[in-house]
Amino acid sequence: MIASHLPVLVILIPLLGAVLAALSRHGFAAWLIALLASAAMAAASLALLFRVQAEGMISYRIGGWAPELGIEYRIDAFNVLIVVLVSVVALLTMIYARRSVLAEIIPERIAWFYTMMLLCVAGLLGIAVTGDAFNAFVFLEISSLATYTLIALGRDRRALVAAYQYLIVGTIGATLYVIGVGLIYLSTGTLNLGLIAERLAGIEGSRALIVAEAFIAVGICLKLALFPLHAWLPNAYAYAPSSAAVLLASTATKVAIYLLARFLFTVFGGHVDVGALPIGAILIVLSVAAMFIASAAAVFQNDVKRILAFSSVGQVGYITLGLALANPTGLAGGLLHLVNHALMKGAAFMAIGAIVLRAGTAKLDELSGIGRTMPWTSAALTVAGLGLIGVPGTSGFVSKYYLILGALEAGFGWLAILIVASSVIAVLYVGRIVEVVWFREPAEAARASREAPLELLLPMWVLAGATIWFGIDAEWPAGLAAAAARQLLGGAP
Amino acid sequence: MIAHFSQIATIFLMVAGLYVVMARGNMVKKLIGLSLFQSSVYLLYLLPGKVIGGTAPIIGAGFTVYANPLPHVLILTAIVVGIATLALGLTLVVRIKEAYGTIEEDEIIAKETPKTRNGPGRGGDAA
Repeated sequence: MIASHLPVLVILIPLLGAVLAALSRHGFAAWLIALLASAAMAAASLALLFRVQAEGMISYRIGGWAPELGIEYRIDAFNVLIVVLVSVVALLTMIYARRSVLAEIIPERIAWFYTMMLLCVAGLLGIAVTGDAFNAFVFLEISSLATYTLIALGRDRRALVAAYQYLIVGTIGATLYVIGVGLIYLSTGTLNLGLIAERLAGIEGSRALIVAEAFIAVGICLKLALFPLHAWLPNAYAYAPSSAAVLLASTATKVAIYLLARFLFTVFGGHVDVGALPIGAILIVLSVAAMFIASAAAVFQNDVKRILAFSSVGQVGYITLGLALANPTGLAGGLLHLVNHALMKGAAFMAIGAIVLRAGTAKLDELSGIGRTMPWTSAALTVAGLGLIGVPGTSGFVSKYYLILGALEAGFGWLAILIVASSVIAVLYVGRIVEVVWFREPAEAARASREAPLELLLPMWVLAGATIWFGIDAEWPAGLAAAAARQLLGGAP
Repeated sequence: MIAHFSQIATIFLMVAGLYVVMARGNMVKKLIGLSLFQSSVYLLYLLPGKVIGGTAPIIGAGFTVYANPLPHVLILTAIVVGIATLALGLTLVVRIKEAYGTIEEDEIIAKETPKTRNGPGRGGDAA
C-alpha cells in the first residue's frame, strides 16, 4: 500500500517535516525533525531505486488523475539516481549540520534554518520526480526561495547581497524557463513531458519550438551556473552558512543539470540539435570555457570556500560536456561525474565547514599548518581535492576517463586533450590548499584549533570514503550512470 | 500589427522589465523591473487561453465554445510564486539597508572593496 505511493512520499516527507520544524520553533527539536525526515526520505528513495531496478519505469498519478488532465510523476533509471543522490546527501548534511549551525546561526533562527533546508530538499526532489513541465517550475521556485533564505542566513553581511543577487538571477532564469514551457504548451497543448515528446515528433522544425528550446536552455543554464552565467554562484556558496553550502554545492546545481538533460534528451529528442539550434556545439564551447576559465579563477582566490565554488563552476563544465557529447559513453561519464562531483564537493565543503567551526576562518593564508591540528578534516579535504583533479584511485578519475572515451568515440580527439589539460589547472588550486594546510608551520589559527567533533567527521568521511571507494570499484555507480544514459538516449522518440 | 497587438504589448513589457533589472542600480527598482518581467509572462500564458466567442468553462445549456481554463490555473500559481519572490526580495533589501545604510549596488560594492580581507565578523548586520 505504502510502496505504491513512494514517488510522492519522497516529497511529502520533507514538506511535512518543514512544517513541523517551523512549528517547533526550537532549534534542537527542529534539527531532530529534519534528521528523522531526511532518514525517512533517504529510505524511501532507496526503496524507489530497488523498485525501479526490479520493475522498470514507475508512473504515479497525483490524485489518480490520468496524465493529460492531472500531474504525472515518472521515475526511471535516470531520475531515481538524482533522487537517491539528493536524499542521501541531505541526510548526511543533517547529521553534520547540528554543531556547525549552533556555531554559525543565532538561536532564534535555527528552527527556520532547518525549515528552509527541508523545503529546499523537497523542491529539489520535486524537480527530479515530476513528469510535468509546469510542476517542475513550481518545485524549482520552492527550492530557489528556500535557497535564497538559506544564503541570507550567513553571518557575514555580504551574504545578504549574495542572496539578493542570486534572487534576481535565479528568478530571471526560472521566468525564462516558464516562457519556454509556455511556448511548448501553445504548440503541443500539454505540459506532460512524455506527451510533449510524442507530439513534438510530428511538428519538428517549427520556429516556436526552437525559441522555446532556447528559452528553456538559457533559463536552466542560469540555475546550473554554466560558465558565463555563473556570476551568482561564488558569493552565494562562500557566504552561505557552512552546512547550507554543503547541501547547495552538492545537490542544487545537479538537479538543474538533471532538468536540462531531461529537456534536451527526453523532450527534444535523442539528438541535442533540433532544427536550426546547435545546442550541442554551444554547450561544448561553454563547457570547455568553464573547465579552463572558471578553474583558472579558482587558482587566484584566497577564501577556500571561493576556491571550491569556482571549482564547482569548472566541474559543471565536465558534466555539461558529457551531455553535449550525447553518445552512451560520454553521457554516462557526464552523469557519473555529476554523482562523483556531488560526493567530492560535499566532502570538501564539509571539511572547510569543520575548519571554520574550529579555526574561525576559511582564508587560505590564515590556515597554515591546520593539517597538524586537524589531520582527519584536512585529509578529507585533500581526498576531495584529489578527486577534483581526477587522480587515479579517486572517483573523479573514473568519470573523466569515461568522458575522454566518449570524446574519442565522438571523434573529438582534441576534446580529450582539453579534458586532460584542464585537469592540470585543478592540480594548481588543490595544490595550493594542500601546500598551505600540510607543509607550512602552524599559524595562530592552527595552533588554537583541535580536531573536529565526530559528528562532523563521520558524514565527511562517508563522502570522502565514497570518493575513494568509487574510484577503486566503480562498478555500482558506473552501472547506474550507464543505465541512466541508456534511458535518456533510448527513451527519446 | 493590430492583430498582434497583445503579443507586442507582452513582448514590450518583457523587454522593458528585463531592461530595468539590468540598467538600474537601485535594488528596489530592480525588483520592480523583475516583477514587470514576470507579469509579462502571465500575459503570455493568459492571452491564448481566450477563445473568441467562448464562455467560462462551465457546462451549461446553449454553450458549446469554452475558454481554456488551464492557463488561468497555471498563472494563479505563477502569481503566488511571483508574490513570494517579490516579498523575499524586498525583505532582503530591508536587511541590506540595515546592514549597509544604502540600497544602491555601486555604493555597496564601494563599501566592500577596500576591506575585502575582513574577518568572519557579523559586519554591520543587525541581529
